[in-house]
Amino acid sequence: MPTITFTQPTGEATEVTVEEGTSLMRAAVTNGIEGIVGECGGQAMCATCHVFVRPEFAGQLADLSADEDEMLDCTTAERTEASRLGCQIKMSTELDGIVVDVPSDQV
Amino acid sequence: MGNNCADSVLIIGAGQAGIQVADSLRAEGHTGPITVLNNEVHHPYQRPPLSKDYMGVDWPSEPLPLRGPGFLEAKGITMLGAEATSVDTAARTVHLADGTSIGYSQLVFATGAANRQLPCPGADLAGVHALRTLDDALGLQDALSTARKVVVIGAGFIGLEFAAGARTRGLDVTVLEFAQRPMGRALSAMASDWFAARHLADGIDLRLNEGVTAIHDAGEGLSVESTAGRAYPADLVLYGVGVNPRTDLAEAAGLEVQNGIVVDAALQTAVSGVWAVGDCASFQHAASGERMRLESVQNATDQGRHVARTIMGANAAYSETPWFWSTQGPIRLQIAGVSHPGDLPVMIGDPAAGKFSIALLREGKLAAVESVNSPADHIAARKLIGLGLELTAGDITTAGFTFKALAKEVLMVGS
Ligand SMILES: Cc1cc2nc3c(=O)[nH]c(=O)nc-3n(C[C@H](O)[C@H](O)[C@H](O)COP(=O)(O)OP(=O)(O)OC[C@H]3O[C@@H](n4cnc5c(N)ncnc54)[C@H](O)[C@@H]3O)c2cc1C
Ligand code: FES
Repeated sequence: MPTITFTQPTGEATEVTVEEGTSLMRAAVTNGIEGIVGECGGQAMCATCHVFVRPEFAGQLADLSADEDEMLDCTTAERTEASRLGCQIKMSTELDGIVVDVPSDQV
Repeated sequence: MGNNCADSVLIIGAGQAGIQVADSLRAEGHTGPITVLNNEVHHPYQRPPLSKDYMGVDWPSEPLPLRGPGFLEAKGITMLGAEATSVDTAARTVHLADGTSIGYSQLVFATGAANRQLPCPGADLAGVHALRTLDDALGLQDALSTARKVVVIGAGFIGLEFAAGARTRGLDVTVLEFAQRPMGRALSAMASDWFAARHLADGIDLRLNEGVTAIHDAGEGLSVESTAGRAYPADLVLYGVGVNPRTDLAEAAGLEVQNGIVVDAALQTAVSGVWAVGDCASFQHAASGERMRLESVQNATDQGRHVARTIMGANAAYSETPWFWSTQGPIRLQIAGVSHPGDLPVMIGDPAAGKFSIALLREGKLAAVESVNSPADHIAARKLIGLGLELTAGDITTAGFTFKALAKEVLMVGS
């Protein structure tokens, strides 16, 4: 099963293991990761699951959909090149070991 | 208002609003005891997926928690599996179903809403379902896996989300709505008419101006009889005919109730230290001056955050711009603001391609925007509504106009 490491702005890192197909947002919320809220239940409607994906994993991610792109324009922490919505990242073996940074604010 | 950071806070209801109050209190630095009463058997979960992901083809194996169990524990939030049966605001005590009681310094009603019953004979037959809780959704999944003909009563959000899900499973779906338009309470006529046409085109037999008179057990399945004198065979009936706020506890405690627990602009009841948030609260919206009660995740979470900050000493009127979303099959609807029947609708975008927004103007100002598959419009609208900006239909239909560009312009000037 793939693992995800969530790194907080404080530097504290938490590794969680999830089933394939689980979204990164669901993994974070279920495991009580601070700073990932997921208020719309994963519908790309709220942008409270914003994460910064470390560049070494960016290439393995599915392309940004138009919806995700537009929603990323309303994140609370400023959007960067590395910004993605956690609910749109489905975990797979290719993404095993992915490291994401949690923004300082989501709402 | 004083800072009550060490007060004991008791929250009745472990739904979207109640859990938000608890989480935000800790985030704001509250150090006293926080207890949340949960009268459901499940760990607190999110409701919106229940009528969407849960009813489609590929349903999730686990509910999506509002916060993980480890999170609540780490924050020192006590979850108590208990139902409140009465509240004594003079003694600052809540009595529980198991005969025990619990004291508080601050009390938050976050009791949500309950489905309105279907007012017709046969509503309690096996095979007739409502949808509010996780258990309701699990029961519906069972029923969906063997059903072929589905009748949905009520073309509100939940009814249509369910209907669209059942269609993606290839089932025959009929929707009966006694009103003239689907989602008529929340949407402009222009948006509502577009949805009606789209659902028909997607193969949902949507019948407007047609109510239900009775449901019968027809031996092999159910038969739903309508005001038009027709009978629809069904092996699954779902009704979604609205909700009532859960106000009985508050009312019995002597608090004012008027389609919701009445709270002031700070979301406090007439009794100091007693608050109400989310689906159960009738509140005074500071920005618009209107009294309203909303049923949405945004309303539950923003009100939860507001009350937490107020308990911690902040002194502001609640004035967040309401927003809401619904997904119906591939259609993504987002609403910013609250529309009124008399608002002037202005279409922007391409309704034929299923990508557009409808701006609703009231007294020359932008009051609400309904967006279909147009998140950029929605996000911009959320920022614009509430600024009290003057806007005309001509402005919006001018070539090159976008809400996004307008928001950028206005917010740049303002900052
Ligand atoms: C199927 C469905 C789909 C939805 N989809 C959307 C959507 O797409 N977008 C959107 O914005 N909103 C949606 N909503 C609405 C949204 O989920 C609600 O507005 C929100 O959950 C309200 O939160 P709340 O905490 O006020 O109430 P609730 O979530 O209902 O929580 C109240 C809790 O209090 C408990 N309670 C009541 N009385 C007592 C008592 N005496 N003692 C102890 N506990 C008690 C209840 O059992 C319940 O668990 C949907 C709702 C449903 C049912
Ligand atoms: S959970 Fe709402 S956008 Fe990802």
